[in-house]
Amino acid sequence: MNYWPLLGIALVIIGFALKFNPLLVVVGAAIATGLLAGLDLVAVIEALGKAFNDNRYISVTWIILPVIGLLERYGLQQRARSLIETVRGATMGKLLMIYLGFRQITAALGMKDIGGHPQAVRPLVAPMAEAAAEKSHGELTEESREKVLAMSAATDNVGLFFGEDIFFAIASILLIQGVFESNGYPLAPLELSVWAIPTAICAFIIHSWRIRSLDRRLGRARS
Amino acid sequence: MITYDWLYWLAGTFFAFWSLLSLRDKRIGNAAFWGLLAVSFYFGSHLSDLANGVLVLALVAIAGTRLLTRSNPETTSLEERKAFSESLGNKLFAPALIVPVTAVAGTVLYNYTPLIETELFEARRETLILFGIGVIIALAAAMAWLRPPALAPIEEGRKLIDSIGWAAILPQMLAALGAVFALAGVGEIIGGAVGSAIPEGSVFLTVVVFALGMALFTMIMGNAFAAFPVMAAAIGIPLLVETYGGDPAVIGAVGMLAGFCGTLLTPMAANFNIVPAALLELKDQNAVIRQQVGTAVPLWVCNVVIIYVGAFLLWS
Repeated sequence: MNYWPLLGIALVIIGFALKFNPLLVVVGAAIATGLLAGLDLVAVIEALGKAFNDNRYISVTWIILPVIGLLERYGLQQRARSLIETVRGATMGKLLMIYLGFRQITAALGMKDIGGHPQAVRPLVAPMAEAAAEKSHGELTEESREKVLAMSAATDNVGLFFGEDIFFAIASILLIQGVFESNGYPLAPLELSVWAIPTAICAFIIHSWRIRSLDRRLGRARS
Repeated sequence: MITYDWLYWLAGTFFAFWSLLSLRDKRIGNAAFWGLLAVSFYFGSHLSDLANGVLVLALVAIAGTRLLTRSNPETTSLEERKAFSESLGNKLFAPALIVPVTAVAGTVLYNYTPLIETELFEARRETLILFGIGVIIALAAAMAWLRPPALAPIEEGRKLIDSIGWAAILPQMLAALGAVFALAGVGEIIGGAVGSAIPEGSVFLTVVVFALGMALFTMIMGNAFAAFPVMAAAIGIPLLVETYGGDPAVIGAVGMLAGFCGTLLTPMAANFNIVPAALLELKDQNAVIRQQVGTAVPLWVCNVVIIYVGAFLLWS
């Protein structure tokens, strides 16, 4: 077997490790992989162009930015902060745990478009988490602030990934069903999606514990 | 019938505006980059594959030579924002909720009522199309209510898209890389290599290799969807299901989730890991991944245990 195309994967890893521009790394790896697999340069560029064009729907979601930017111009982030400041006993830990559970449950019911980084994390969840952390621990160092913001984004991802597969009509469940069916194992989507529940529970426990421990560490960093 | 092409016209128009305003702002690199994307959205379906490929190379050349810069269009100050936030109150959240509500409630309403028989939307495309409609409604509502300068939403949007920069098209570019990998047969090569590395006779170790293969291949591809068919064909079905008699439902469902743990660990999953770091203006591009390591690794171990217990111990 020709193992040379795997060099493209090595290029991706090295390129990311050396912090080259990721677009450059990805296209370089694609061209190298194609050439090493014996395709000619024009065929590789055509394949790239076709796939880029077929996947334009991925980048359509940026049309949300004018809505978010306009509302931020009129103080949306500040509003999110002051809302959380008025809630008695609100902490970053509790806030992100509630968001994690909310994101898992709504995704499990098929509503994975509630939440997301441009729509919810940047204008709402991250400013709220920062305000709640400042409320309990005073002003944050730049390093701690970055950790709180990054944890807000991480919480959105964990909630989505380990909630969505409980919904039986989602693409990944249909893919699993398709792969097993073409190998002679017909499965119902519901049989598959119930098995996403144990992992979802583990994800909630583990990630909640991590959110709480970040909150505790912020407290210790102050005192 | 409303199709994706309508959305592409809408997105093309937004990117064309961003390109023109970048030109006015004398940011030539940004104007060229967003302009090329506008061309892709408007005319991509009519261009040849080679022309689209050259367009991709041009985008990469602009990003690779650092011609994309952050911009600072005129906006409100922090004090003004605080004052607006006090006077406008919690009503500010309403326009932000219009988009997800339109997408989610619209999808449910469309699919579970006779509306689906109208065939108003292209099949299985309704959620993203409704998302686009939600954006238009939210923009119109916010403009009517707040009465900002006419170009304000586009300029605020430009500031955000410039802060995201090249990362905005990384997810789309990675999908293109996946297509080239598939063409070159990378999946089959990896599947063959992993399949031959299996220790014989140990169910537990085979489960570990299957889950590890899912996570690692997902990290390389940035997407568990590309890894799943390869790992299922190499290990999941021939060994775990057929040789060792495991429950196919558990192996399939939890195997995929072991892959999702890999998604949390890789910059290749750009829209989940790199884009939010840019959106939140974090200094460390990998800050989000760093916060996810401590969750992904123990959760991966849980998945191994769940497959072993659920598919083998409880099943037989």
